[in-house]
Amino acid sequence: MAELTEELSLVKGEEPAVPAKAGTNGKADTAGKGGKADPKPAVTGGKSPLDVPTGTPTVIVDDLHIVYRVYGAATDAEKGNAVNALTRILKRQGRPQMKEVHAVKGVSFVAYHGDAIGIVGRNGSGKSTLLRAIAGLLPPHAGAVYTDGQPSLLGVNAALMRDLTGERNIVLGCYAMGMTPSEVREKFQEIVDFSGIDEFVQLPMSTYSSGMGARLRFAISSAKTHDVLLIDEALATGDREFRKKSEKRIRQIREEAGTVFLVAHDLRVIEETCNRVIWLHKGKIKMDGDPKEVLAAYNKG
Amino acid sequence: MSQPESAVADAQAGGRSGQEPLAKLAARYGLRRAMARPRFTVYVRQLWERRHFILTYATSRNVSKYSNSALGQLWQVLTPLLNAAIYYVMFGIILGGKGDIANYPAFLLTGMFVFTYTQRTVTAGAKSISGNLSLIRALHFPRASLPLAYTIQELQQLAISMGVLLVIVVATGEFPTWFWLMIPVVLLLQTMFNIGAGLIIARLGSSMRDLNQLLPFITRTWLYASGVFFSIQEKVVGSAELPQWVADVMYYANPAASYIEVMRDILITKSDHVPPQSVWISCVFWAVFTLGFGFWYFWRAEERYGRG
Repeated sequence: MAELTEELSLVKGEEPAVPAKAGTNGKADTAGKGGKADPKPAVTGGKSPLDVPTGTPTVIVDDLHIVYRVYGAATDAEKGNAVNALTRILKRQGRPQMKEVHAVKGVSFVAYHGDAIGIVGRNGSGKSTLLRAIAGLLPPHAGAVYTDGQPSLLGVNAALMRDLTGERNIVLGCYAMGMTPSEVREKFQEIVDFSGIDEFVQLPMSTYSSGMGARLRFAISSAKTHDVLLIDEALATGDREFRKKSEKRIRQIREEAGTVFLVAHDLRVIEETCNRVIWLHKGKIKMDGDPKEVLAAYNKG
Repeated sequence: MSQPESAVADAQAGGRSGQEPLAKLAARYGLRRAMARPRFTVYVRQLWERRHFILTYATSRNVSKYSNSALGQLWQVLTPLLNAAIYYVMFGIILGGKGDIANYPAFLLTGMFVFTYTQRTVTAGAKSISGNLSLIRALHFPRASLPLAYTIQELQQLAISMGVLLVIVVATGEFPTWFWLMIPVVLLLQTMFNIGAGLIIARLGSSMRDLNQLLPFITRTWLYASGVFFSIQEKVVGSAELPQWVADVMYYANPAASYIEVMRDILITKSDHVPPQSVWISCVFWAVFTLGFGFWYFWRAEERYGRG
């Protein structure tokens, strides 16, 4: 993690004038990025093309370990047999159906204001888990996540109810994200318009096509502004037109938010929107740095 | 920026020798731990700020709950009524539970509706955390919102059942008195108890996965111990010839029995059934104690609810 090192020394060395200096660095760096052995310090902190103050850390992940407890993961031999269950209890073996999955194994990095960080990796490499841990939704097993403000996950799917109308779901989703009634009234029409579901808003969500449902969910969850925004595969939904619309919205959110994390399997999206990419492999950081290089390496291996 | 393998390995081993530890860096920029539990007073305030979510969530669940059945919301009233009918036949007539109770239908229904409120809250509360893990892992809010919303959902249902109960009680020959103005007070006390009980059971249910299997037995035992279809005083002291203190313990130490007795005292005048004195005190005690303890107990584990 050579560049993390460099960033840390940068922050340490230039503490008093960090925002201004890093901002100028950023612009210079945008032009000259990609240099392999570039010794210039502001590798990540300033690459954002957006005109936001950079250089202040917003998210610090310090040697984070996440262990999941998974139930019902028994092998065939142990499964669904009352006698086995009884012997297990008698032998005081606890619950073999309960497995511990070590999803994130010692990840450390520092994210700065204005960063848009893409996270790539195979299925099960711990991407979503890492996002949830940054959001403070999964307690760390060891290590810690430090954040400035409240990071929020872009996604209200879990709060919505299929049997309810779009209207009710918009209100419910907005409240679930912590909006006030006046904010909800203000944003309601905007959400309906953006999702483009028109009169379907009167019908239960269970009658929506999958594309419509996804559009409404994205419209609801992107209605709020966030300090640190975490996006988990939100872009791979909807038709082409909506995809363009949502990419635009993401860019807009990124301008408002301090830091954006983006998990996506579509590498093009990451290349277009991110200024830094972290490659997770089996719960560890395999590579961290410039999108072009990391993605090139990722595609190779 | 491609990195030398050694640097990667170094980072993975957590070795950042010679540099400022990340924890210190975080402290210097005033970053906070994402998973810290707020102070209790702050927590209660956050919960209050989420009141719109709690209310909307409760209403939404109520609307969506019966959206697939033909009779819809009618089941909220039908279920306790049908239960009461079964108990009336079984215990009132066949087993002679009626005893000396003058207005047995009103006696039984009052007990049934009051007990159902608490029983349903407890049963729902046990699943409020374990059944909403995806929501807990996706959004940020004080987790007590969930058991609270479940209790409010039951309270909304109770409003309908209470209307039905009052109609039936009047139909059995009772006449409304000024005393009926106390009904909301009793319901408020019972709701306070239910919220507390819901919070406690929610935390238990989040870690003890077998609780949901056990709960039906626990609530049924509780139902029998609460004197829903018989008079505790009459059966325990009268028929079973146990000492008086046993009946007293069953009245005072069992919040459900206390609320049932007080509600009967208010609704039913045409009966010689006299509730024990000072049962009001136990109603207030259970409400305040359970609510306070429930919040504190639930809050203690706030940051752990996300884990499987």
